[in-house]
Amino acid sequence: MNEYSKKMLKVPTYTLLREQDMDKLPVLDVRNLGIDFGGLTAVDSFNITIGPTEISGLIGPNGAGKTTIFNLLTSVYQPTRGSILINGIDTKGMTTHKVTKLGIARTFQNIRLFTDMTALDNVKVGLHNEIKCPFVCSLFHVPPYQKAEKRATEKAMELLDFMGLADIADQKAGSLPYGVQRRLEIVRALATNPSIVLLDEPAAGMNPSETTELMHQIRRIRDTFHIAIFLIEHDMNLVMNVCEAIAVVNYGRIIAKGTPDEIRQDPAVIEAYLGREEGKAEC
Amino acid sequence: MKQLLKNKNSRTNMITYLVVIVAYLIMQTLNSMDMLGSSVRGYLVPLCVYISLAVSLNLLVGICGELSLGHAGFMGIGAFSGIVIASLLKGTVQSDTLRLIAAMIAGGAMAGVMGFLIGIPVLRLRGDYLAIVTLAFGEIMKNIVGNTYVGVDDTGFHFAISPTKMRLGEGGKYFINGPLGATGVEKLANFTMGFLLVMVTLFVVLNLINSKEGRAIRAVRDNRIAAESVGINVTAFRMKAFVVSAFLAGMAGALFGLNYSAITATKFNFNTSINILVFVVLGGMGNILGSVISATVLYILPEAMRGLEDFRMILYAVVLILVMLFTWSPKFKEATAVFTGKIKGIFRPGKEAGNNE
Repeated sequence: MNEYSKKMLKVPTYTLLREQDMDKLPVLDVRNLGIDFGGLTAVDSFNITIGPTEISGLIGPNGAGKTTIFNLLTSVYQPTRGSILINGIDTKGMTTHKVTKLGIARTFQNIRLFTDMTALDNVKVGLHNEIKCPFVCSLFHVPPYQKAEKRATEKAMELLDFMGLADIADQKAGSLPYGVQRRLEIVRALATNPSIVLLDEPAAGMNPSETTELMHQIRRIRDTFHIAIFLIEHDMNLVMNVCEAIAVVNYGRIIAKGTPDEIRQDPAVIEAYLGREEGKAEC
Repeated sequence: MKQLLKNKNSRTNMITYLVVIVAYLIMQTLNSMDMLGSSVRGYLVPLCVYISLAVSLNLLVGICGELSLGHAGFMGIGAFSGIVIASLLKGTVQSDTLRLIAAMIAGGAMAGVMGFLIGIPVLRLRGDYLAIVTLAFGEIMKNIVGNTYVGVDDTGFHFAISPTKMRLGEGGKYFINGPLGATGVEKLANFTMGFLLVMVTLFVVLNLINSKEGRAIRAVRDNRIAAESVGINVTAFRMKAFVVSAFLAGMAGALFGLNYSAITATKFNFNTSINILVFVVLGGMGNILGSVISATVLYILPEAMRGLEDFRMILYAVVLILVMLFTWSPKFKEATAVFTGKIKGIFRPGKEAGNNE
């Protein structure tokens, strides 16, 4: 056990680690995270630990602060309180593109593709930091750059093929159907070579058969790349089937954590989603 | 399929280069046969300069998506630094061409450095705010250059921004004389250098667009937040586009400055910036060949209409409005699609029917 994990154990968080990840450094370790917008506390006392090969979910009613948490994890917002450790490195004060290099990638709730570029180019933008060539080299298209560019194209095609998108590689991203755009966003996130991928409502706007396919793909991503996946989703069927651990937030706070079975029976969760039963209401 | 796509991209680039080369060869042949009037010959170098300016501004406006209204400012910096360098090198470097090249590189470097310095505060802004600040920057540059005194005498190099502090000894020579601008400039520029400038500009801009840097720049334009989320340093890429664009504008400016025997800073005002922007917008945002063609047509048009005296600018405006209307109109687009389909049909007879439907 190294220095870091000893320190980690002192923090009284409910860890969701899968057994296989127990002795490994968690890929994401969030402690006491909180952010205030003016007087409004959007997220408070948020703790979570995610192992290197875990699929975990974040659910909660609308406006609970789920996307805000994702924005905090990727440094779109700077937290007011608490710390975020990605692969053991504190992201305090880092910009989004630096945090991405630490190994965190994400998709967006309202799809954010580069609509004017082809699907292939979208993925190649994700591979940007893999093509290591100084500005002058890429300006003059020297042979080493061309080789790197060719490798990037091959890798991008492999990734597209992995998600079953190889045949739309040369189509404009903006012209693709909604479900395909969502999957393309996942491919782009995978291209940055992450150790954890954050998926913000990956099944939104998908039909049931597409959702089922997505479920398989999410598992396949974890099994192929050996990375962690952390997803926000309203489709309970997907969350309960895919996630090995679930955290439920309401009003910016975690109200429950546990396995899907535990969450299903948790009274606090049922109350948050369905409200309190009439008969039990006190007044 | 992806191979074809790549080919299509490089094919468009090849066509762009080819158009410029063929145009150059035609003009050069006509020139050597003495078939060009002196006024037409006078237009050739400024035309090349404006094409380069339009292409370099297109990198910023079309590819990077940042509206800049201060392009003439960079042009002015390039022009005056180029003039100073060319005059300083007069004794030491014999070859006029080498001196011109040195002046152009110096002009570009100076404009690039200014672009970098200005970019640090300015690139925190975006959209309308960036446009306003670059507009102000262009005017500031015009006024600073218009009040700069640069000269040389026996004691060495002199530089001041107030006429009282500028004292040149016997036999001293002003390179830039404040509001009077640069006078007695040696006319080093020629059409071939203009052509080379256009080629260099095209090479840099087209290569940049088709490299990973260009992909990142376009990604930043399309969606800044998403670009950041895949590890692209947004500020760095906007800066790269800004500096490269400024550098190319500076080079073009140096050639422009060395094409006239006298030039003042007022030439590089807001109107010039807007003119270049009009070339870019009419040629199509991000369309490099379009910039080349529209710069050519729109530069020649007012010059060709000089005979119409006062009506010339009215006609120019009317032409601009008509072009805007026609390129926007869906019916016009349909008509051109049918037309191009027919032309393609001539070369590929079997496909005509499919194209017309």
